[in-house]
Amino acid sequence: MIAVINYDMGNLLSVTKALTKVGAEVRVTRDAQVISDASHVVLPGVGAFSSCMDNLTRYELIEPIKKSVASGKPFLGICLGLQLLFEESEEKPLGGTNPKGLGILKGQVKKFSTEMTVDNEELKVPHMGWNSIKIQKDSGLLKDVPDGSYFYFVHSYFCAPEDDSIALTKTDYGVEFVSSIKKDNIFACQFHPEKSQQIGLKVLKDFSELK
Amino acid sequence: MLTKRIIPCLDVKDGRVVKGVSFVELRDAGDPVECAIEYDKQGADELVFLDITASHEERKTILDIAERTASEVFMPVTIGGGIKTINDIRELLHAGADKVSINTTAVNDPEFVKRAADTFGSQCIVVAIDAKEKEDKSGWEVFTHGGRNATGLDAIEWAKKMESYGAGEILLTSMDQDGQKDGYDLKLTKAVSDNITIPVIASGGAGTLKHLKDAFTLGGASAALAASIFHFGEFTIEETKKYLKENNISVRPCQKTD
Repeated sequence: MIAVINYDMGNLLSVTKALTKVGAEVRVTRDAQVISDASHVVLPGVGAFSSCMDNLTRYELIEPIKKSVASGKPFLGICLGLQLLFEESEEKPLGGTNPKGLGILKGQVKKFSTEMTVDNEELKVPHMGWNSIKIQKDSGLLKDVPDGSYFYFVHSYFCAPEDDSIALTKTDYGVEFVSSIKKDNIFACQFHPEKSQQIGLKVLKDFSELK
Repeated sequence: MLTKRIIPCLDVKDGRVVKGVSFVELRDAGDPVECAIEYDKQGADELVFLDITASHEERKTILDIAERTASEVFMPVTIGGGIKTINDIRELLHAGADKVSINTTAVNDPEFVKRAADTFGSQCIVVAIDAKEKEDKSGWEVFTHGGRNATGLDAIEWAKKMESYGAGEILLTSMDQDGQKDGYDLKLTKAVSDNITIPVIASGGAGTLKHLKDAFTLGGASAALAASIFHFGEFTIEETKKYLKENNISVRPCQKTD
């Protein structure tokens, strides 16, 4: 059973329906016991970084998440669920400081700069739409996904891992950024597999079949 | 690199697609979900549903459409029309919409956009702007209610304000061009796009594939929305993308679905 962590941030229905579509048994939950019993854990997330951390704290989900990562079971972070794994984000709330993340992975979350250009056009932020991935290393996850495949992105911040070897894919948008990571049992992607049509469903299927 | 998006738009009234869709192979071309499945198969990059149902009591119908679409189609879906409260947005997002498009309520209460972006994140808040060229040609004015009500707002200034209030994207419709099949208002699109850093979806006036190309090359749009050229089968999404690619516009190749 795959536990999709529900902390009142964003559209869980898409992730749930997409996982169900590829044959997985899914439970949407914020119950620590269910997360502990699950064979796989998914941390989705949209919205603001600090609101997400606040909600994870309020629902006492930080320890269950850290435990499930430490237990070695397959873990998938999507979009903000990727960014939250890092130590700190530049996405600060009004008048606040850079919020701390879960700190499971070393590195920062940075903002795209609108000073950058793509094909002499000013960079539009958020980075919204379909962009291609460059696969950096072998992993069990993208075995049915050709290099250069397009995925759906919508984000204004991107992760900058301290250890570049965890980068599973990179993507160009003004800068070359890490668009997914794989480290041990942790898989996390900045793009939305649940919104990336057939190619996205393949990624979710690969994840759901990880042991 | 980031590709330009092609977005079919379906107008929905009382749960049915209006302005007719004529895909020959569909069992029920009036069913929004069947149309969404067809566009998914064709390789559309996103979908927009505009709910033009008059009464607020009918909102359950659009929620049902959102939910059924989310079970069948795994691509970004935006739903607009009649959104008046934060709870309206919450219900749509929970039903499976990825973004909501806000028009009249933003004009009546700009702070609403701020609250919506704070609550749900900018990425899911699209502000729809319906604009008409001013009589003295000095710019464009924002209209509501399908072009009937003038607001006195300047479209460029309004777009800048909505960006600063947290909109993640602008859906920009030219009321002069809408339905004319004579091309997008490229000056308007370019003027708005140059003045904001969030993406602009060009809308209103697409009649040929060249019009879509021009929206990107001359209008600076990130996405092009069209209705009739797709609905009546004049062009498939695949033909559209092939044409754009031949004209050096970066588009996502159509994924074949089984």
